Amino acid sequence: MDEGPGGLRGSPPGPFPVRIAAHEEGDRVAELELRGITKRFPGVLANDQIDISVAKGEIHALMGENGAGKSTLMSILYGLYQPDAGEIWLRGERRRFSSPIEAIDAGLGMVFQAFKLFPSLTVAENVIYREEVTRRGLLDHREANRRVTEIADRYGLAVDPTARVERVPVGVLQRVEILKALYRDAQVLILDEPTAVLTPQEAERLFTILRALADDGRTIIFITHKLKEVMAISDRVTILRDGRAVASLTTRETTAAEITRHMTGRDVELRAWPVTRPAGAPVLTCEGLSATGDDGRVVLDSVDLTVRAGEIVGIAGVAGNGQTELAEVIAGLRTAAGGVVTIAGTEVSRAGVAARRKAGLAYIPEDRHGVGTAPTADATDNLSLGHHRSGPLVRRGVLQRGQMVERARELIARFQIKIAGPGTMVGTLSGGNLQKIVVAREMAYHAPLLIAEQPTRGVDIGAIEFVHQQIAQYRDGGGAVLLISAELSEILNLAQRILVMFEGRVVAELDAATATESELGLFMAGGGTGISAVTTVDGTESEHAR
Amino acid sequence: MFSVELLDSALFASVFRALIPILLAAIGGLICERAGVFNIGLEGLMLSGAFAAVAGSYFSGSAYAGVLSGVVAGVAVSSVLAYGAVTRKGDPIVLAVALNLFAVGITAFLLVAVWDVRGVFQDPRIVGLKTMPIPALSQLPWLGSVLFNLTLVGYVALLVVPVVQLVLFRTAVGLRLRGVGERPLAASSLGVQPGRYQYGAILASGALCGLAGAQLSLGNVVQFAENMTSGRGWIAVVAVMLARAHPVGVLGAALLFGFAEAIGFRLQGNGLPSQLTDAAPYVVTLVALVVARRQFARASTSVAT
Ligand SMILES: Nc1ncnc2c1ncn2[C@@H]1O[C@H](COP(=O)(O)OP(=O)(O)OP(=O)(O)O)[C@@H](O)[C@H]1O
Ligand SMILES: [Mg+2]
Repeated sequence: MDEGPGGLRGSPPGPFPVRIAAHEEGDRVAELELRGITKRFPGVLANDQIDISVAKGEIHALMGENGAGKSTLMSILYGLYQPDAGEIWLRGERRRFSSPIEAIDAGLGMVFQAFKLFPSLTVAENVIYREEVTRRGLLDHREANRRVTEIADRYGLAVDPTARVERVPVGVLQRVEILKALYRDAQVLILDEPTAVLTPQEAERLFTILRALADDGRTIIFITHKLKEVMAISDRVTILRDGRAVASLTTRETTAAEITRHMTGRDVELRAWPVTRPAGAPVLTCEGLSATGDDGRVVLDSVDLTVRAGEIVGIAGVAGNGQTELAEVIAGLRTAAGGVVTIAGTEVSRAGVAARRKAGLAYIPEDRHGVGTAPTADATDNLSLGHHRSGPLVRRGVLQRGQMVERARELIARFQIKIAGPGTMVGTLSGGNLQKIVVAREMAYHAPLLIAEQPTRGVDIGAIEFVHQQIAQYRDGGGAVLLISAELSEILNLAQRILVMFEGRVVAELDAATATESELGLFMAGGGTGISAVTTVDGTESEHAR
Repeated sequence: MFSVELLDSALFASVFRALIPILLAAIGGLICERAGVFNIGLEGLMLSGAFAAVAGSYFSGSAYAGVLSGVVAGVAVSSVLAYGAVTRKGDPIVLAVALNLFAVGITAFLLVAVWDVRGVFQDPRIVGLKTMPIPALSQLPWLGSVLFNLTLVGYVALLVVPVVQLVLFRTAVGLRLRGVGERPLAASSLGVQPGRYQYGAILASGALCGLAGAQLSLGNVVQFAENMTSGRGWIAVVAVMLARAHPVGVLGAALLFGFAEAIGFRLQGNGLPSQLTDAAPYVVTLVALVVARRQFARASTSVAT
């Protein structure tokens, strides 16, 4: 049912007169209003006449497919980009932000998708940077720590102000970013896909914090691809599609299905992809695989696993329990301390990455910016990587540019990647589209083994469905898949067997047909026998504390 | 001339003579490193300073005027590097290599142009830096006569270490500078302009290298010789890497190189061929570099995105 932009009429209360249920105080000016924001990049109209109005104390979700223009809109609001047309109104006053500093001074705070922190500085130093607390010309560390702790305590942002940022887990990094904004007294807080890198437990904590902030009269705008989150925490939701705001809805009065329709123009229901044929011979076997982390800690402790042809094995676990290291060791990016890895019959325990790829490995890494793509190279080059050793792309040692472009075009079309053209630098792509570049390239190897690490992180719901379908097809074609994901529903929908990792070990193996999320949650917390759900949360807490 | 004993105060005196120029230049390099600029132009900056110091002293008849012109020359030459690397966004390595070559050429050229001298320029009109013994302290046995009997530049060099340590780690400016060096984008997202701090750091290294050059040509000796820095600026670069840009560590590294140079000198006095002994500091450098590389590889950690 395609409602198009006219869908506004069909949906209960229109976006404009700002009457917000949760914080209604009669008619008054909106805390923030964007009017007719338009932004054009070479080849793309990223924002097209966008109007959004947000009331004080409101939690406003921003949704839309990959490349719909969400990040661009927020960057304009924050002074990073200048709009080609349109106005920003803050508390009834028209504002122009020519740099983020002006936005910060006006009471805006932004938590980016990629954190902007200084790794070697402490949490407190990161927070006070450029707004330092000094006494007689010297930094007053004690006072800084006190102020940071005070703000953190007020909103339940547990952090150790003296910890070095390079040593704290990703969930804490995000709290540091929020603290930075609050320390500068941000009244409007913008978060771009804040939960993409969080575990479900961490996301839960974040929502408690956001609620506390909203109750304190601060206004929150957050971007997400997860409908569950929008339904759970937002007061209102605006949906962007192809650069236009196609609907602004009051969350209580809408449904996930309606939001999905506004986003994609169709109904999308993520479903399971059951197997049609029994699994074949083992493609990947790991025996007694061990490894140490960057800091010398044991991160993999004699892991045994087998993935067969035509089978998807899911790895579940709270982030930081060895899943990433497992993928790296199998892919050859991290040296194993011990153990045997066999890919499609070839023993590759000591082999380099190229040899493993040759033996039959494709790998979608977790880090799409640093490992998965070369951001300053164009889509053609990125999609040809690894395909450049043989076959049609190279003839007598010379790359065939024409063939490469042809191939890139085909993959861009097949994976519906939103990009101006094959010659566009991939660094400018939206997060989800960059992810699609990696998925497209790795799928195109047709290797016997695929390691998929967070394959749908930051990807919109329509594209998730597409990637799931691709992975399922790959399996049905006889491929072996090791799926590592923080989304339990993704694992339950796709995998046949599920291994749970805890502190570097495989602590449980479950049949996906009978396993439940709560059962998995128990094992992930290191429990497994009659431990209540409360302990699950506590178990994760001790994880944070480390 | 030298006693047979290896460790005596005469040796320490030559250790300090060797150490002070390296230390000053290395602190300059450290400040740049902290601001995210890998400055390998220390050698050229020091050489320019050494030449300008001799010229200043010769024409004014004052050693301090000489030191001042050394500093001015260091700042002037470094401003070219700053403009190229920060304003024009050039590669600081390429620019600094050019700067080093330029410094060798221009000083040799000016030597001929001004005084019609090739090689070494010595003249009674060049006033050298006098050592300034601190009463009582310099009478202390052993190190006292060395540590408290330095030139003004020498004292400055030793003071610069704690001062830079304090500024870097205890002041707002230092915090911002370190942030700029580590994540320029994060710094600019908070309104700190990385370019300004990098300019400041490069100019500061110019001033410190100017001082180092002045100590070399007016303190250690009273003359200018073509390419008289002979690799000390490069050794300073290594000292920064070895110390991982910590001021106290840089002092330690400079001490190490000072010792290497002094011991080499001493062994030469004891009859070893000078070709061998002259190599001592460079051998130490080479060993240090191999060690430093590994530490550097490990130091590059990043924050998850
Ligand atoms: N700096 C830029 N230069 C050129 N094109 C850009 C630039 N930034 C964004 N775009 C393009 O503008 C469009 C909107 O991108 P944007 O990042 O706002 O999408 P998004 O809604 O945040 O998507 P995602 O959910 O994938 O993060 C995309 O087509 C993207 O390729
Ligand atoms: Mg985005």
